[in-house]
Amino acid sequence: MLEQHLAALPIILPLIAAPIALILGRTVLSWGFATLVSGLAFILSWQLLSAALSEGVISYAVGGWAPPWGIELRVDAANAFVLLAVTAISTLVLVYSKESIEKEVKVANHALFYTAHLLCLAGLSGILITGDAFNLFVFLEISSLATYTLVSLASDRRCLTAAFRYLVMGTIGATFILIGVGLLYMKTGTLNMMDLAVRIDAYDSSRTINTGLAFIMVGVSIKLALFPLHMWLPPAYTHAPSAVTAFLASTATKVAVYVMIRFIFTVFGIDHVFVDMGMGLILMVLAVVAIFKCSYMATVQSNVKTILAYSSVAQIGYMILGLSLVSVAGLMASMIHIFNHALMKGALFMAVGAVFYRVGSVDIKAFAGLGRKMPLTMAAFTIAGLSIIGVPLTAGFVSKWYLVTAALEQGNWIVAALVLIGSLFAIIYIGRVLEAAYFQKLPESRKSENIKEVSWLMLVPMWVIVIANIYFGIDTSLTTEAASSASEWLFQTNNMLENSALENNVSEANVQEVSS
Amino acid sequence: MSFIFDYYNYWIVVFLMMAGFYIVISANNLVKKIVGLNIFQTSVFMLYISMGKVTGGTAPIVVEGVTQYSNPLPHVLILTAIVVGVATTAVGLSLIVRIKQAYGTVEENEFENKDDAI
Repeated sequence: MLEQHLAALPIILPLIAAPIALILGRTVLSWGFATLVSGLAFILSWQLLSAALSEGVISYAVGGWAPPWGIELRVDAANAFVLLAVTAISTLVLVYSKESIEKEVKVANHALFYTAHLLCLAGLSGILITGDAFNLFVFLEISSLATYTLVSLASDRRCLTAAFRYLVMGTIGATFILIGVGLLYMKTGTLNMMDLAVRIDAYDSSRTINTGLAFIMVGVSIKLALFPLHMWLPPAYTHAPSAVTAFLASTATKVAVYVMIRFIFTVFGIDHVFVDMGMGLILMVLAVVAIFKCSYMATVQSNVKTILAYSSVAQIGYMILGLSLVSVAGLMASMIHIFNHALMKGALFMAVGAVFYRVGSVDIKAFAGLGRKMPLTMAAFTIAGLSIIGVPLTAGFVSKWYLVTAALEQGNWIVAALVLIGSLFAIIYIGRVLEAAYFQKLPESRKSENIKEVSWLMLVPMWVIVIANIYFGIDTSLTTEAASSASEWLFQTNNMLENSALENNVSEANVQEVSS
Repeated sequence: MSFIFDYYNYWIVVFLMMAGFYIVISANNLVKKIVGLNIFQTSVFMLYISMGKVTGGTAPIVVEGVTQYSNPLPHVLILTAIVVGVATTAVGLSLIVRIKQAYGTVEENEFENKDDAI
């Protein structure tokens, strides 16, 4: 019986588990419970991905109401792939979080932390799986509200102002998406994404549709922290508890990138967005500016968490650059980078959290001499850092390779060169931290402190992700297979929908009836 | 003139939206920022409700002798959005309470003297 409802379970499971985690109350109980639930969600999403790769699309009608009237959950290669990354990172971060939050979050708030984490996971899974545009907004707000709470749980008071700024920006972004979806509904009379895609083709040049596109693009860009709209991200990532930062940096913005891909490729269609509206050039310019400006900002910061936060904005630039190339290869590079960046940033922020656990500071000065004192943590940081730079045999190399290949495929030498120059900045900002850790001596004042390696509970999840970084840098069959079938699928549906729109001329009468 | 009066509800929507947005950007007091955010969201509620109205249609309850109904779906959607808006306001206000406890002020320009500006 559960087989039938497989598509709905990754949302429902954490949603039901969230209040139970709160009732359990004690740290150990809610930690164990939340980790278990997240692990189950990971197994489910693994099954969903293999089902989606072998059978194609899985459609699930919520409550038995057939789409397009009811809410449809729709799992295909693209979202199952991202869902797998999100649930995997969530599980590992939860294992890691027990000791980390003992240091950074008040005991009274521990159960709240796990509740908010599970709610955030439910929201993110919902955004990925749903096939309904309004439902997407609701899940977006569920995950965002949980995120604001998570950010504000740190003991440093600056997290409060960071969370407030995030709340204001995030709500404006979500409301923009709501306006956009409303405008689309006004013109087409439907909220189901596949149905929208068919009907929008009939109204491509309509001003209502174009305004809706603009609102949705700006709203999603705020959520994914595209360059000029990224101002909420560095303070939020810097002041949030380390476990929260590790989770958000590797999942929340990635899911928003997926939402953008979904709206561009499935709902609006490539021709409309890139040819008629010229979004490709806008996105490409913003992505390149993001890569350079934020990589530069990362090189001049002194707080290691801020360095990595700016680096995240720059990496989002690479993902947007990939999709702005408008080719199967470019989209595939974006999808691979969504997955690989989750691995890199997860490992980096976990390592930084481990340093905070022992040293009590994440300033670059605090890293001095840690290469000797915390060898395993700093080795993890080094490997994940090399992955961000894009050194061969790491996951980062694979995504940069596909991105540069995609650019060269179109003869776009400038973009390919810019990607490679952008990587040089990564050498500087990762290099500064490594220089402090390996070549500077431990300050005299610290020698009396008992700085040693963190316990296995923090090291194991950190190293699992680090080994995944190396594994997916050598054996790329899973990532490339999933990403290529996802991007081919996205392009195919795009063409298929356009053909069907031309043939049937979109049951005109039906559309007019609803929009009048 | 008819362009203005026929679509007066949409003009109200645009006015409220811009007013709310301006308050969020310009207000110095954090509570006023949340009020601005609420006005901004309310304008969207009105947008949805306006689009559900069908000229000559009544409330969407099946009654004998009536054939034309307003579209109930936008109203249902906006009920959900109102709940989301209330939750956002609650989280925002509770953050402000904690900010007041931690910093002793809710005025944005006074943070600049403290450790971190918003």
